[in-house]
Amino acid sequence: MKITRRGFIQTAGAATAVGMVGVPFIAKGAGKKVVVVGGGTGGATAAKYLRLADPSLDVTLIEPNKEYYTCYLSNEVLSGDRSIASIRFGYDGLRKHGVKVVHEMATGIDANARKVMTSGGRSFSYDRCVVAPGIDFRWDTIEGYDANVAKKIPHAWKAGNQTRTLRSQLISMRDGGTVVIASPPNPFRCPPGPYERASQIAMYLQREKPKSKVIILDHKPKFSKQGLFKAAWTKLYGFGTDNAIIEWHGQQEEAGVVAVDAGTRTATTAFGDEIKADVLNVVPAQKAGKIAHQAGLTNDKGWCPIDLGTFESKMHAGIHVIGDASIATGMPKSGYSANSQAKVCAAAVVAMLNGQEPGSPSYINTCYSIAGKDYAFSVAAVYRLAEDRSKITAVSAGLTPGDASPEQLAREVQYAYSWYENITSDIFK
Amino acid sequence: MAYKTLTKAIMIAGLALGVSAAASAADKKLMMGASTSMLANNCQGCHGTNGASVGPASPTIAGLSKDYFIEVMEGFADGEVKSTIMGRIAKGYNKKEIEQLADHYAGLPFVKAIQTFDPSQVKKGAKLHDKYCEKCHAEGGNSAEDDAGVLAGQWTQWVKWSMDDFQAGHREAPKKMNKKVKKMLSKEGSAGIDALLNYYASQQK
Repeated sequence: MKITRRGFIQTAGAATAVGMVGVPFIAKGAGKKVVVVGGGTGGATAAKYLRLADPSLDVTLIEPNKEYYTCYLSNEVLSGDRSIASIRFGYDGLRKHGVKVVHEMATGIDANARKVMTSGGRSFSYDRCVVAPGIDFRWDTIEGYDANVAKKIPHAWKAGNQTRTLRSQLISMRDGGTVVIASPPNPFRCPPGPYERASQIAMYLQREKPKSKVIILDHKPKFSKQGLFKAAWTKLYGFGTDNAIIEWHGQQEEAGVVAVDAGTRTATTAFGDEIKADVLNVVPAQKAGKIAHQAGLTNDKGWCPIDLGTFESKMHAGIHVIGDASIATGMPKSGYSANSQAKVCAAAVVAMLNGQEPGSPSYINTCYSIAGKDYAFSVAAVYRLAEDRSKITAVSAGLTPGDASPEQLAREVQYAYSWYENITSDIFK
Repeated sequence: MAYKTLTKAIMIAGLALGVSAAASAADKKLMMGASTSMLANNCQGCHGTNGASVGPASPTIAGLSKDYFIEVMEGFADGEVKSTIMGRIAKGYNKKEIEQLADHYAGLPFVKAIQTFDPSQVKKGAKLHDKYCEKCHAEGGNSAEDDAGVLAGQWTQWVKWSMDDFQAGHREAPKKMNKKVKKMLSKEGSAGIDALLNYYASQQK
């Protein structure tokens, strides 16, 4: 089995150490048009902050869905600790900020004519375009798994109906059943996500179905916040003992899932082991969302190369790409990263539209994982851009310390909820 | 209530130097000089748009006194003020940037939290406040004057944890505050703190 390394990011980042790419800053004055494609965390934040920074801007957000479900905290829906309604958001808040919201699917972007085409047969012209398409799946990497099979064997890596499906399967499962989570290779959305998910499901099983367990089959030899997760699992879920509710099998055992039999809910690993599940959750390898490919914004690895200071595409001038789809070298693919990148991008777009040089960027990421009752930990970092624009560089970073007291871990749960309330309000209200 | 000490100021200066030196040594030179709004945007994912937190635990940071803001941020960075993640985040900003942020948020309105409280405790809390806290936390805990933290309408969970940390010695209180809190606790016990918290939470306009 091949080890997938993250080298491509460095290659892509190092390939172009050019400064500002793209269009000269000639535009000046009011009424400039910005079209934002995608109303998830990155896109919705960008639309709002564009209007906050320059109320004279004409900002249109193109998003097919009328409601958005956040991926973050959707693992709590799986355990039953949170309702699906609590992770659902609409677009009225953005309308109040003067954003024009169009519920159609973007089907293409003409970078030369500067317009975005939609499923409704309309086209929207722009002076600058911000694309925040999130992720799409590499269905071809797992035999027997595709978008259709995913209706029955959920990925639940985009929240909403997929989350509901997985939750209802967990509820129907017999006590003594096995939940298998097939964890994807790097890079992917929300690096600690599969492990928080295993934790939340384990908490549910411990409460409701104590003879059951969760098995993680992983393409990777190690994972995000590994030490903190393993300590939590040991403390809460008997990790490493005969009665473990969570098992993790990594690349060392060639445990990554390469094939799925939907009929029998069986996962086959790279080594050739067949594991039969009662509930099977398959998170495939990922790439940038569909419109990024349609618009020619991706490289040969399927992600979007950008200037790290303005998020302007290195493939097409005048188009910016933010969030999970972008190659934001140095930052993880997280919700808070997308929110932060959107603000940096919005400031750059406003400057460029007003004929100014974009200022120095500053970025942030905080990511909480709730591993059990009164038990959460986090990673946090503040970033600046390297002067040669080659890397978004952490100037301070760190994990919750390994010797954090129960009191601290309990506080982190409440701060995780505070982060959630505030960031969703910052994005959608 | 200026409780910044010379030692502390020196420590912070050293710390800020240490951080920037570490970053540039490892990763070449960084673009500095971010605008105030660029820096402030970073705070708002946890502390709310314009620094007005929607709770339930992370505090509102708008409308605080500039000196108080600086004091606490520097306290986070050097570990004198206990925190979960703020210690990790505060180290990412130099002295000048912390000042920019302090100036910025001091100029924005403190938006009071809409939160539940026990109405039967409010009167007692108001009395205790007048007796033990009003001298520094003036106007019923509304004023940011004298570099005191704003208490009225701040998120209760955060005020409670702060009081826990003061009492446990995880955060150094000014001498006057120490005296007053001790006196209050010896007479009223922790019920006194509860009453105060309810009084502050009751102020929502």
